[in-house]
Amino acid sequence: MNLGMMWATCTRVLRQLKGDPRSIGMILVVPAILLALVYWLYENETVAPGLPRTFDRVGLMMLGIFPFVVMFLVTSITMLRERTSGTLERLLTTPIHKADLLFGYALAFSIMAALQALVATGTAYWVFGMKIAGNAGWVVLISVLTAVLGVALGLLCSAFATTEFQAVQFMPVVVIPQILLCGLFVARDQMNAALEGLSNLLPLSYAVSGLQEVAAHPDPTRDLGGDLLVIAGFVVVVLVLASLTLRRQTR
Amino acid sequence: MSHRAALPEPDPRFAPVPADPSGTNGPISVSVEGLRVHRGKSTVLANITCNIPAGRITGLLGPSGSGKTTFMRALVGVQKISAGTVTVLGRPAGDPLNRNDVGYVTQEVSVYRDLSVLDNVRYFSAVHGGSRDEAQAVLAAVGLSDFAKRKAGSLSGGQFSRVSLACALVGKPKLLVMDEPTVGLDPVLRADLWQQFAALAAEGTTLVISSHVMEEAGHCDSLLLLREGLLLSQLTPAQLRENGQTDDLELAFLRLIQESMAAEERTA
Repeated sequence: MNLGMMWATCTRVLRQLKGDPRSIGMILVVPAILLALVYWLYENETVAPGLPRTFDRVGLMMLGIFPFVVMFLVTSITMLRERTSGTLERLLTTPIHKADLLFGYALAFSIMAALQALVATGTAYWVFGMKIAGNAGWVVLISVLTAVLGVALGLLCSAFATTEFQAVQFMPVVVIPQILLCGLFVARDQMNAALEGLSNLLPLSYAVSGLQEVAAHPDPTRDLGGDLLVIAGFVVVVLVLASLTLRRQTR
Repeated sequence: MSHRAALPEPDPRFAPVPADPSGTNGPISVSVEGLRVHRGKSTVLANITCNIPAGRITGLLGPSGSGKTTFMRALVGVQKISAGTVTVLGRPAGDPLNRNDVGYVTQEVSVYRDLSVLDNVRYFSAVHGGSRDEAQAVLAAVGLSDFAKRKAGSLSGGQFSRVSLACALVGKPKLLVMDEPTVGLDPVLRADLWQQFAALAAEGTTLVISSHVMEEAGHCDSLLLLREGLLLSQLTPAQLRENGQTDDLELAFLRLIQESMAAEERTA
């Protein structure tokens, strides 16, 4: 690892993004807009006294899911471009270490992810008056972590696509099952055993479970810590797998 | 002749014995022995043995599909090889220590189109551990100072390919491997680039440049002539003219190919 090279990679990726204001806009604004949609969906519901609004429950989960989806897409396409344009092969003939490259990428997109999470969480709290028991800081942290998870999975999946068209098709394969099984539609403990087992293997489930912990308890719980650790573990494992797909020598 | 005499004779079934490279019997930068590359069932390179002189321009010439790019990739160390050894700057090709000393300009321009010219060069400077000022100096050297702030993707073909060159030069390579750097450029720009290559060689850089345009062979000190994965011959442009009994390098190369094909038929 060479921090200078990692930082150079991070700033290079951010500079590339800077030249593309439309993408920045999409990254920062789209989750907030989707959140607004969810808010209006449940605007007229009647809530029994003492129960949380559906928006507080669903909107909160969205704060963990949107960043994951957006960053997965952005990263897989960007990294695929790097692979197909020949710049990756070129970089791998230079002294840069694979980890510098991958962590540089992960860092750059994580910075974007943090900004995105702040915008989305801020919108949820200040515009739509989201009320949960726990601290908003934990919500932001989980959002950032799921975004980084999306980055890591995007880096990995780009290795299995040869065109941008294929890269986009990984969305239904990698992302949608996680959204279906993460507990957003049906609580995980009410699923049949096979689905519950499967959902236990998927990282997004832990993000949603963590968000539910934050919603239910004013202070951070042991379960929340466990969920955060599992997500972080997934990120590291996926990044290591992604680094294995960067080969200096090919046929 | 001295250092070449020590090399083992290549397998005659595949390659003719390379001629004396060029009369440049000085130090060598790259030594290739019995290099073979297979891709699937096809043989891309069959038993290549040659030395590449240091501080000179070595031209790698041959029709498309003759294995030029694969040979260059083997020198840089990104190609998986089936047999043989490739020693670059005294170390096995692809050795991590070589990554600072070997520059590679691929055939496709491989730079970031959505970054400015300067940002491109700065990034490649950074991954070589260079300083920020170097980038400016290299841009001046390839004549791109005026375009430093422009996006690489918005440049014309010739300027664009020079960005790629600048990104390789910024690491101050001792060996610069370039895959068809002058293809598709106008004659003025081509002449300009060959002048820069000569200047680099004069400073001590070893250059390996591939081309399928034989007229460019005249700019090289030493020529490696490839056909269908075989090294037909290693010689100087003067020797090629002499062997082919013509001043036209293209014709000389054609005659050489025809000769080798005739020889193949006789043995078969």
